[in-house]
Amino acid sequence: MRHRASLILGAVLVGLMAAAGLVSLAWTPWPLAEIDVLNKLAAPSAAHPLGTDGLGRDLLSRLMAGAANSLSVAAGAVLLGGGIGTGLGLLASAWGGRVEEALMRLCDLSFAFPALLFAIMLAAAFGPSLLNTGLAIAFINVPIFARVARGAANQVWVRDFVLAGRAAGRGRAAISRDHIVPNIAAPLIVQATIEIATAILAEAALSYLGLGAQPPAASWGRMLAEAQTLLWVAPMQAVWPGLCITAAVLGFGLLGDGLRDWADPRLVRRQA
Amino acid sequence: MTRFLIRRAAGFVLTLLAVSVVVFAVMSMLPGDPALSILGIEASPEALAAMRSQLGLDAPAPARYAAWALGALKGDFGTSYAFRVPVGGLIAERLPLTLSLALGAMAVTLVLAPGLGMAAAARHGGPGDWAVMVLSQIGIAVPAFWMSILLILLFAVRLGWLPSGGFPGWDQPLAALRALVLPVIALALVQSAVLARVTRSAALEVMRLDFVRTARATGLPRRRILWRHVLPNALIPIVTIIGMQFAAIVTGTVVIESVFSLPGLGRLLLQSIANRDLITVQALVLLFAAIVVTANFLVDLAYVAIDPRLTGRQS
Repeated sequence: MRHRASLILGAVLVGLMAAAGLVSLAWTPWPLAEIDVLNKLAAPSAAHPLGTDGLGRDLLSRLMAGAANSLSVAAGAVLLGGGIGTGLGLLASAWGGRVEEALMRLCDLSFAFPALLFAIMLAAAFGPSLLNTGLAIAFINVPIFARVARGAANQVWVRDFVLAGRAAGRGRAAISRDHIVPNIAAPLIVQATIEIATAILAEAALSYLGLGAQPPAASWGRMLAEAQTLLWVAPMQAVWPGLCITAAVLGFGLLGDGLRDWADPRLVRRQA
Repeated sequence: MTRFLIRRAAGFVLTLLAVSVVVFAVMSMLPGDPALSILGIEASPEALAAMRSQLGLDAPAPARYAAWALGALKGDFGTSYAFRVPVGGLIAERLPLTLSLALGAMAVTLVLAPGLGMAAAARHGGPGDWAVMVLSQIGIAVPAFWMSILLILLFAVRLGWLPSGGFPGWDQPLAALRALVLPVIALALVQSAVLARVTRSAALEVMRLDFVRTARATGLPRRRILWRHVLPNALIPIVTIIGMQFAAIVTGTVVIESVFSLPGLGRLLLQSIANRDLITVQALVLLFAAIVVTANFLVDLAYVAIDPRLTGRQS
């Protein structure tokens, strides 16, 4: 029962954030970059539901655009890194032996680097931008997915239908594509959901440090950095972006938890 | 046992070595010419070449790596391009602050989280359990730097009890401690949420086992069962997470020091990145990675201390 509650609450939060982001691509209550210095740090009103920021820009509009940036960077990075990692994991599992050993040792090594530190280093190396932040986060995801995919794939390779496929003379690549991937999709999707939550946190932290989104792009992390200079004047400026980050991370986390419980075959059997 | 320790220690040294190679390789591949950033764009080609050879940049990569790694072993990380002083000195000045932050946050986490987790497990399904689970779920989702800003908002802006940032220096111990309170709490709260959850689920696993039922049947007090019988048997996953958390806290200091303008290693890292001071960045990344690898090594040793049977099973 609990997993259903997580699943629903997670889906609602993610849905809300995704909807806000998608809508912002076509429409925002105010133009994103419209500066109105006479009306800066305005209190919430009918015209500006959450008020305006230090340059008089509509806060709600910028939060919506922040959702689009944050979610697309996080999801894109996890898809890219996860895709590459899954490919490597499948390769390791299909070939075994030295290939597997070498790839897995490389993964072990990469875990010695704290992820955020590595992202900071990469973001700094390639210059601060949202795209490079995404690439850095993607890079971090490669070994995570390689490990999960290889672990799950190894369990499938010993099953009878795979042995039958091999006996029938099908190649490792074909078996991986047609039989392994569908059978390891569930843990990968769960992992991806959870990693998107982590990626949103990473993007926010990097943008806060000035290594991610650059002005005038709207980003929750960056908005928090700007709000911190205005804490004494306009405290609420520092509340909304943080709430958005928390809601998005919570949403993907709950969704991942719910999906995992839902996909767990042991649980399914108990209910049947 | 001895063989296990030797194997683990060898693995530790090899990992550190591999980490140093990777750090060096990544930093060498980066665009940018240190000589150019020191001398400026108006420098003549001859001056640039002279500076490169002075920095040892004209040697082949393996030789540069060997010189750097051997120096690092002796604590000599070269001379900062930006500050023109030894990198080792820059690090030594800032290490105490970052270590106090990290160890302080770890200590607060260890005081808060296991108790909460055990309390939740003891009242499994009750309102207390539910409250701990909801709070920890939210705590995991809150970014530490936003938590910091909220703490500043409450304790510095509203109440005025604590400073909103900055560091007075260790020669004013009381003021220094006051400056560390909020950053330590910000780091610790998020990690406590994680650890409380893990403690709870590890304890719940153990509480299902027969020996706990036996202990209950013999009439041992609940408290004694929980702390003397359940917790010791639930320690393996808890220690695993603590090791990962120390790594997370250490990297977390990079962001938190920036929020509170604390002059620690994290600030130095960000400054060095901004200054393109690659040799300092290289030393700092190596240092942070070394701390993480050391934490993992200590966790491995802790496993054996907790459960000596594990020596045989680890490869």
